[in-house]
Amino acid sequence: MKRFLLPLGIFALLLIVLAFGIYNAPKNGSKEIVSPLLGKAAPQFRLPQLADSTALLENSALLGGWHLVNVWGTWCHECLAEHDTLLQIKAEGRVPIIGIDWKDEDSAATAWLSQLGNPYELVATDHDGRAAIDWGVYGAPESFLVNPQGIVVEKLIGAMTIDVWNSRFLPHLAAGTPASAKAGA
Amino acid sequence: MNRTKQLAALAALCAAVWTAPLFAVDNTPPLPDPVMQQRYLGLTHELRCVQCQNEALADSNVNLAADLRLEIHDMLLAGKSDEEIRSFLVARYGEFILFRPRMNWHNAWLWGAPGLMLLAGFGIAVRVMRKRASLPITDDDEPGSTPAA
Repeated sequence: MKRFLLPLGIFALLLIVLAFGIYNAPKNGSKEIVSPLLGKAAPQFRLPQLADSTALLENSALLGGWHLVNVWGTWCHECLAEHDTLLQIKAEGRVPIIGIDWKDEDSAATAWLSQLGNPYELVATDHDGRAAIDWGVYGAPESFLVNPQGIVVEKLIGAMTIDVWNSRFLPHLAAGTPASAKAGA
Repeated sequence: MNRTKQLAALAALCAAVWTAPLFAVDNTPPLPDPVMQQRYLGLTHELRCVQCQNEALADSNVNLAADLRLEIHDMLLAGKSDEEIRSFLVARYGEFILFRPRMNWHNAWLWGAPGLMLLAGFGIAVRVMRKRASLPITDDDEPGSTPAA
């Protein structure tokens, strides 16, 4: 009987390890990659604005208050899905939204905003996609919450919904979150 | 399905295989230096297209992969080392972009596991051999044991 104890013990240990792995696995599989940007300063960027391509939009625009940076494009279906939510967030008036129009035609973007309503305080145009690479964007829409010190504290890949906004983004404001906080992720 | 149809399908398949190189996804201009081009090919094959996840950057035809290939191309031209380029991408997309993960504290146990298991196996083998060696040479319990004929 005693000789079975060791293999049984190893088997039990294996079960524990596997159960631990399963319960700690991300709920939506491995699809959403945790951004290495969380807790770090927002990447440097310097992009022409959609409203006036001679004016530049830079990081300094993110300092001094909370901002939501939203990467979008008119070619992106999910962006259409989240548009109403962005308008709602704008109406709420707590966090201004800065748009980064990713690899898009300026004329298409302008038409989109005039037809569907403009949730953005400012929109920068990233024609060659370099700024998006610096932000670690791999699929629009992506939204980043940047605190008044210019630190990225939350990130969502995919369409923003009011539920996600209330449960994952707004709590950061209430907590006045210091850097490196990842609550609710 | 009749025979002609089968043949036609086969012909179509062959044609598709033969012309596949014409549809190569990587349109990034080749680098002037063959050594650099070799490094470019190495990097684009060992870095993941984060959008399609199970494809390498070299094999993916999504826009982002093309942008990242161009970025790697330009960084090579600018004289960056392979490691600098990997670090650039890891800083933005995380370790996940590497098909060959680096060793760190999170995965050290994984790298060390084979060695540990080998040691454990060796330990067990030594114990079993010691135990066997200390047994009497003749086994009285064995029913068939008789003095040598």
